[in-house]
Amino acid sequence: MRALGGFVGLLRKEGYHILRDRRTLAVLIVMPIVQVVLFGYAIRTDVENVRLAIVDPAPDYATLALRDRFTAAGVFRTVAVLPGAGELDRLFRSGAAQEAVLFEPGFANHIARGTPARVAIITDATDPNTGSAMQSFAAAVIQSWERERAGAVRAIRITPQVRMRFNPTRESSNLFIPGLMAFVLTIISTLMTAISLTREKETGTMEVLLVSPLRPAQIIVGKVLPYLAIGFVSILTVVAEARLVFHVPLRGSVLLLLAEGLLFILTSLALGILISARTSSQRVAMMGALAGTMLPSVLLSGFIFPIESMPRVLQWFSNVMPAKWFVIIARGIMLKGVGLGVLWPETLILLAMTLVLLAASTRSFHVRLD
Amino acid sequence: MTMPASAAPAVSVLALTRRFDSTIALDGISFDVAPGELFGFIGPDGAGKTTLFRILVTLLRPTAGHASVLGLDVVTGLWALRRRVGYMPGRFSLYPDLSVEENLRFFASVFGTTVEAEHEMIAPIYGQIAPFRDRRAGALSGGMKQKLALCCALVHRPDILFLDEPTTGVDAVSRREFWDLLAQLKASGLTIVVSTPYMDEADRCDRVALIQQGRLLAIDTPAAVAASFDRPLLAVRAADRHRLLRAVRAYPHANTVYPFGEALHYTDMRAHESADVVARELRAYLAREGFADAEVSPIPPTIEDSFMARMGAPEGAAA
Amino acid sequence: MTGEGAGEGKPTAAPAIDARDLTRTFGAFTAVDHITFTVRAGEVFGFLGANGAGKTTAIRMLTGLLAPTSGEARVAGYDVYTQAEAIKRNIGYMSQKFSLYEDLTVRENVRLYGGIYDLSSREIRERTHRMLHRLGIEQVAGERVGAIPLGWKQKLAFSVALLHEPKIVFLDEPTGGVDPITRRQFWEMIYDAAAAGTTVFVTTHYMDEAEYCDRISIMVAGRIGAIGTPAEVKHQFGANSVDEVFVRLARSDTPGRGAA
Repeated sequence: MRALGGFVGLLRKEGYHILRDRRTLAVLIVMPIVQVVLFGYAIRTDVENVRLAIVDPAPDYATLALRDRFTAAGVFRTVAVLPGAGELDRLFRSGAAQEAVLFEPGFANHIARGTPARVAIITDATDPNTGSAMQSFAAAVIQSWERERAGAVRAIRITPQVRMRFNPTRESSNLFIPGLMAFVLTIISTLMTAISLTREKETGTMEVLLVSPLRPAQIIVGKVLPYLAIGFVSILTVVAEARLVFHVPLRGSVLLLLAEGLLFILTSLALGILISARTSSQRVAMMGALAGTMLPSVLLSGFIFPIESMPRVLQWFSNVMPAKWFVIIARGIMLKGVGLGVLWPETLILLAMTLVLLAASTRSFHVRLD
Repeated sequence: MTMPASAAPAVSVLALTRRFDSTIALDGISFDVAPGELFGFIGPDGAGKTTLFRILVTLLRPTAGHASVLGLDVVTGLWALRRRVGYMPGRFSLYPDLSVEENLRFFASVFGTTVEAEHEMIAPIYGQIAPFRDRRAGALSGGMKQKLALCCALVHRPDILFLDEPTTGVDAVSRREFWDLLAQLKASGLTIVVSTPYMDEADRCDRVALIQQGRLLAIDTPAAVAASFDRPLLAVRAADRHRLLRAVRAYPHANTVYPFGEALHYTDMRAHESADVVARELRAYLAREGFADAEVSPIPPTIEDSFMARMGAPEGAAA
Repeated sequence: MTGEGAGEGKPTAAPAIDARDLTRTFGAFTAVDHITFTVRAGEVFGFLGANGAGKTTAIRMLTGLLAPTSGEARVAGYDVYTQAEAIKRNIGYMSQKFSLYEDLTVRENVRLYGGIYDLSSREIRERTHRMLHRLGIEQVAGERVGAIPLGWKQKLAFSVALLHEPKIVFLDEPTGGVDPITRRQFWEMIYDAAAAGTTVFVTTHYMDEAEYCDRISIMVAGRIGAIGTPAEVKHQFGANSVDEVFVRLARSDTPGRGAA
């Protein structure tokens, strides 16, 4: 069919554009990888170099021995040794200390007499994952010393205290992966599509395309399809990275995740088309994509900042962001392992948004210049 | 390539008007183009050439009036027309990061054909750019780009070609070559509608329309337009051109005095006086003014002379 | 134009532009190939050549934007290698592609360029007033440049290029696309500037405009194929018009080019 030849020709041309624009290509391929690595390592702190503060009001052989143990463990770095707990608050607040070990006075005496010798371990749980790890470690150090000294005698009573900072939802940092996916897909689908379409307008080639037998729908689909493919590959990349490098769980169905991802890509593509319909300038298209979609989706989707702690107005506004719904869906599938049975409302919302946006963007693409 | 059975015009425009907000780009123009004609629109930037072409290739709708191309209305016959029209818009409208070959193949595919199938149509032009087949279109010189754009517009065997300022910004030699190509295409029966700001290119058209500020100043063969001068035209030469210009302008009977390359073109206020009398009197005046070497001779007017005579005041100026 | 066309017994003044074996290569490609020429002060010099012949590269070297690969050149008395900044301060430039900011008003544009060339506010005010009056466009002084007719824009751009009274002004295809009457008015402005002592270095694709120049040069494939007054050049090639010279030069450069 003649029309198909044109469509195929369009696809091939888009392929050339993408492959030959080396810089953009590099961004598209490298970006998901880099993003995941950056976020992964920046947020997920390993349990090492833990800044430890020691409160030892009456140092004796036992406390000194334990203190040495902490240092020798290699995981801790003693940043302060205090006679009292008064300074602790300041140290925690300023981040100078992540964990504190408090000995009570007469520690050695208690051990000698067999009465409970108390040790308090206070952990800064801004990152609850590492918080609990730090705690276990400290406890282990104490217990191993105790075992060595006194066999099985549990003479030391350890009182752990977890100090709450900013962590109201108390959820794991694995949460960032779904949000990251949304972010990456928005860049690829919305931004790139908008730029590609407006670039045709800017160079004047759009005129020539319009005056051909190609229908507007063919032109749009032909230009946008490659980005659908790239977006799909990106989802795979991010998920693979999350699983293999960071061991983020994927408790639900992979297929469902990919399907929902495709749906979200379609939404983002439609947005990109809409943006390009409003302007002939690549620069404006870029700004529109950035300010209109990416930024809000990063800030309001729950990616980094929990929606529950936002003011009411913004919470309400976040409902309009397709990214928010996708993040909920992705988290549900990856971390909670639920399927459509639970996620069908969110999926329906996303579907509705996609259809509305697709309809709007198709209508916005004119057969003529006016 | 189908030729219209009757002598129906290839392009028919009646009282065509196009407004953009408060600007009137085209102001009720009317004209016809016969099949197989090489028709030129001559006028400066902002005259309305691009707007007109966009309406004729179905990219814009008229605000008022009618236009039909190949017998099809430009508004309702949209899809039928787009198969049969070849269009080269004003700017370089090809893909700079694709090679010559890739550009051609793309445009062929868009119209459901291939380069091989249409080879003989574009052969004469393609021969000139073939050596650069694999070069990125963005790396071609201006003249080569235009030839490539012409190829791409032709590759689907259109029944009519619309070329919007194809030679703007191109050097004199490449311009000539381009018009030689157009002459060849015309010889094969293709209807070609061209626009250009270069007055000297008008002579290569069958008929021309002078267009300025959305209106047509004249429509006729180049010779007829040039000859439609209502009074004698004289060329005046002397060594000191600057002083000559001032002197002639100061001459009491002077109507228009314009530099034209080496000479000045002069028209007299006395429209019905014979050329020889006017020349003689001017020569005498100049001799008195110290131009012993001045030459004054009647010359046939060119299109540019006619254009300027019909233009009236230049755009925006008070008379 | 003026009597100096024939070049007899002349300028004790230093040449406005003096280029000797000026060359510029880009890798293996030689864009400008040992060109040598001078432009006298107060002259109107037409710099012609096909696209890709090396004109733009040559102009960039002369305006201090690009360093030559070899050869010498002095513009307004300054060396293009070591005194590029001084050159820029002493020349004016106007190109067809861009000269004024469409979003700014006429006045704002003038103020901008005045500031760039270090004119005092008073100078700017006075010169703006004089310029607008001379051009007859005072009534649009407060309008966006994008909204005024093309012909006015070109003339305004030229005047702005002269605002800081440079010794030389470079014009890159200044009359592209304007109507024929405005074109000629523009050239009268060029004559006026030259008569006042400014050297005008202009490129154009309109061959009839070449005739208006005191002297012209035609570049072909990086070299100067012809140089002299229009009359001399035509005589040299046995041609009736500069256009013909141009065609003959181009054809001799690429044998077999063009229709027989």
